[in-house]
Amino acid sequence: METINTIQEQKHPMDDLLRMDRIPHIWCPGCGIGNAVSAFAEALRKLEYDLDKVVVVSGIGCTGRVAGYIKTDSFHTTHGRAIAFATGIKLGNPDLKVIVISGDGDLVSIGGNHFVHAARRNIDLTVICVNNFIYAMTGGQVAPTTPIPAYTTTSPFGNFEAPANVPQLAEAAGAVYVARWTALHMRRLADSIVEAFNRPGFSVVEVISPCAMYYSRINKLGDGLDMMQFYYNNSIIRHGESTDNLNIDYQKEIIVGKFVDRERPAFSESLNEWLRKDQVE
Amino acid sequence: MSGYEACAEGALAAGCGFLGYTPIQPSFGIVRRFITRCAETGATFVQMEDEISSLAAVLGAVWTGRKALTVTSGQGFAQMMEHIGLGVMLETPCVIVNVMHDGASEGIPSMPGGGDVMQARWGSHGDYEIIALAPNSPQEMFDLTVEAFSLSERYRTPVVILFDPVLGRMKDSVNIPEAAKIRVEKRKYYKGPKDGYLPYKYDEKDLIPSMVDISQGYRFHVTGLTHDEKGYPVMNDECQEWNVHRLVNKIRLFADKIVRMEEKYLEEADVAVVSYGVVSRDALTAVEAARKEGIKAGYFRLQTVWPFPEKRIAEIAAGIKRFVVPEINFGQISLEVERCSRGRAGVDAVYHAAREVGKPGSILKAIQKTNK
Repeated sequence: METINTIQEQKHPMDDLLRMDRIPHIWCPGCGIGNAVSAFAEALRKLEYDLDKVVVVSGIGCTGRVAGYIKTDSFHTTHGRAIAFATGIKLGNPDLKVIVISGDGDLVSIGGNHFVHAARRNIDLTVICVNNFIYAMTGGQVAPTTPIPAYTTTSPFGNFEAPANVPQLAEAAGAVYVARWTALHMRRLADSIVEAFNRPGFSVVEVISPCAMYYSRINKLGDGLDMMQFYYNNSIIRHGESTDNLNIDYQKEIIVGKFVDRERPAFSESLNEWLRKDQVE
Repeated sequence: MSGYEACAEGALAAGCGFLGYTPIQPSFGIVRRFITRCAETGATFVQMEDEISSLAAVLGAVWTGRKALTVTSGQGFAQMMEHIGLGVMLETPCVIVNVMHDGASEGIPSMPGGGDVMQARWGSHGDYEIIALAPNSPQEMFDLTVEAFSLSERYRTPVVILFDPVLGRMKDSVNIPEAAKIRVEKRKYYKGPKDGYLPYKYDEKDLIPSMVDISQGYRFHVTGLTHDEKGYPVMNDECQEWNVHRLVNKIRLFADKIVRMEEKYLEEADVAVVSYGVVSRDALTAVEAARKEGIKAGYFRLQTVWPFPEKRIAEIAAGIKRFVVPEINFGQISLEVERCSRGRAGVDAVYHAAREVGKPGSILKAIQKTNK
C-alpha cells in the first residue's frame, strides 16, 4: 500500500500544464486529441516560457474542448470563431503568446474565413488544427477534410466533395510557418509546435488524428490503434514538399513535415509602426 | 460635431481602447473619427472580415483589460447576435453601436430605421437580459456612449446603443467635459490569492462576479457552455438555473437603477406619447403643438429601451386614456407599452415612416384622435 501512496503523491511532469481537476477528459478511447494535447504540453515544457503570458483559445467540437484542460488562461468560445477571439486578445495585449487549438471543421469550415484573413493579416498566432476528417461531436458528419470516397453519417454513399488541403490553404493565405504531423509523431509534433510558437506571425500546425468513434468505425478501419499503425506504415516525412502535393487521398500515403517557414511583418508590428509615423507627422 | 463623431468621442472619453469593426453603412462616421484619434489616445483597432469576427475580437480584447467597442448597422448587427450570447455568458463588458436603417435585409441603408429594437432585446438565442440605450441628439450620443461603457463595466454585460443615420449626421455643439469629470464605473476586479480565484463566484449583493485580466497569473478558464463557479462546463439543469437565472437576474432585479427616461407634461395628461431615438424629437414637437390646441398630451422618452421601464409605464397607464407610440417600424415598443399598461389605457402604434422624420404630422394626428 505504501508504494501506491508514494506513486499517487508523485507529481506528473505535466501536472502544472494541465487542469488535473478536470481529468478524466471527455474524449473517446482511441481518439488522437489527447496526443495533440500531450505534444502541446510537451512543447510548453520545452519552451520554458512564462505560462502566465500564454493564452489558449478553442472553438467548438471535440478539439474545441482542449482549452478547458490546459492550465493557462484559456477560452472556450464559439464554433469557428476562436481565431477571431484570439485576434482580439493578441491586439489587446501584444505581449501575450496566443495559441488557437481547434478542429478541422471549426477552423477550416465555419471558421474558414477567419483562418484565411488572420493568415493574410499575419496576426501573431499559432494555430494547431487537429484534423480527424470528420465532424465528430455533432455525430460523424462529412467535414471539409473528409477524403473521397470515405463514408460519414452524411455521406452514406461515400463522400464526393473535394476535401480541403489545410497546409495549402494556410500557405496561400499567407501563413509564415506550416507543418503537418500525425498523432503518432509526438516528438516531431512537439518540436514543430515549439518552432511555430517562436515564429512571429501566423503559424499553422496540422495534426492528423484518428477518430475511432466515427471515422474509422463507419469506414471499418479498426480502432485508434489500427489507425496509428496505418499512420506508421503510410506517413512519409518530406520537409519542404510543395503544399500543392499535400492532398490526402483515402487510405493513401500521408505526407508530413515542415512545408513553409518564411518571414513577413506581423500585424501588430505594422500597426504600431503606422501609429508611430502618424504621431511623428 | 456630428452624432457619429460625438459617439466616437464618447467612447474615447470613457476610456475605450479597442475598436473592432467591418465596413458597413451607415456607421462609418464613428469608425473614421475613432481610428484617426488612435495614435494620440493609445487605442487600437482592427478591421475584421465580418461582423461575427468583429464582435468576437472585441470580446477577446476586453479580457486583456481594455474597454472595447464595435460599430455596425443592419445585417452587421444580425451577424453579431452569436457573440452577444457569448458576451452575456462570459459576462464580458463591451459596447455595440447599431445604427438602425430601414430593413428588412438590405432595406434602404441610407434611411433611418427603428426595426432592430426587439432584435437588440431577443436577437441571440437562449435566455438573457440586455441593456440598450437610445440617444436622441449629438450631445446625448456623447453622454449615453459614456454611460453605455459605464453600465457595461458595472453589470458585466454587452450594452447596445441604438440610433439611426439622421442622428448620426446631425450636427450640433457637443459639450465634452474635462476628463476628470467623466465618470465611468470601474470594472470589478478580483484581488485575492492567485489560487483562490473562481471566475463566476458572485457577490450576493449585486450578483456580479469579479473579473481578472489575462496574464495576471490566475490561469483561469471560461466557456460559453453552462458553467459553475470555476468556469468549468457542467451539463445539468441545476447548473443551468444557477448560471443563467443569475445572468437574467443581475439585470432584471436591478432594472430600477439602470433605467433612464425623460418625461414632460405628464401630470393630468389624457394621452401620453412614448417614443425614443430620432422619433422622440418629432414626438415632442407634436405634443407641444397638441397642447396648444388644448389637448392634454404628455411626453415620455425612453433613454434606456432595455430594460424597459415597466413600472413607470404601468403607473402612467393608470392615469391616462391612451398611449401613442410612434416608431419607424410597424409596432415593436408599442407591444411592450401594451404589455405594461395591462389594458388600463389604449395603445396606438403609429408608423412614423423614415421620410416623415422631421415632420411631426402623423404623431399629431394620432394625438388629436384623443378628443374625438
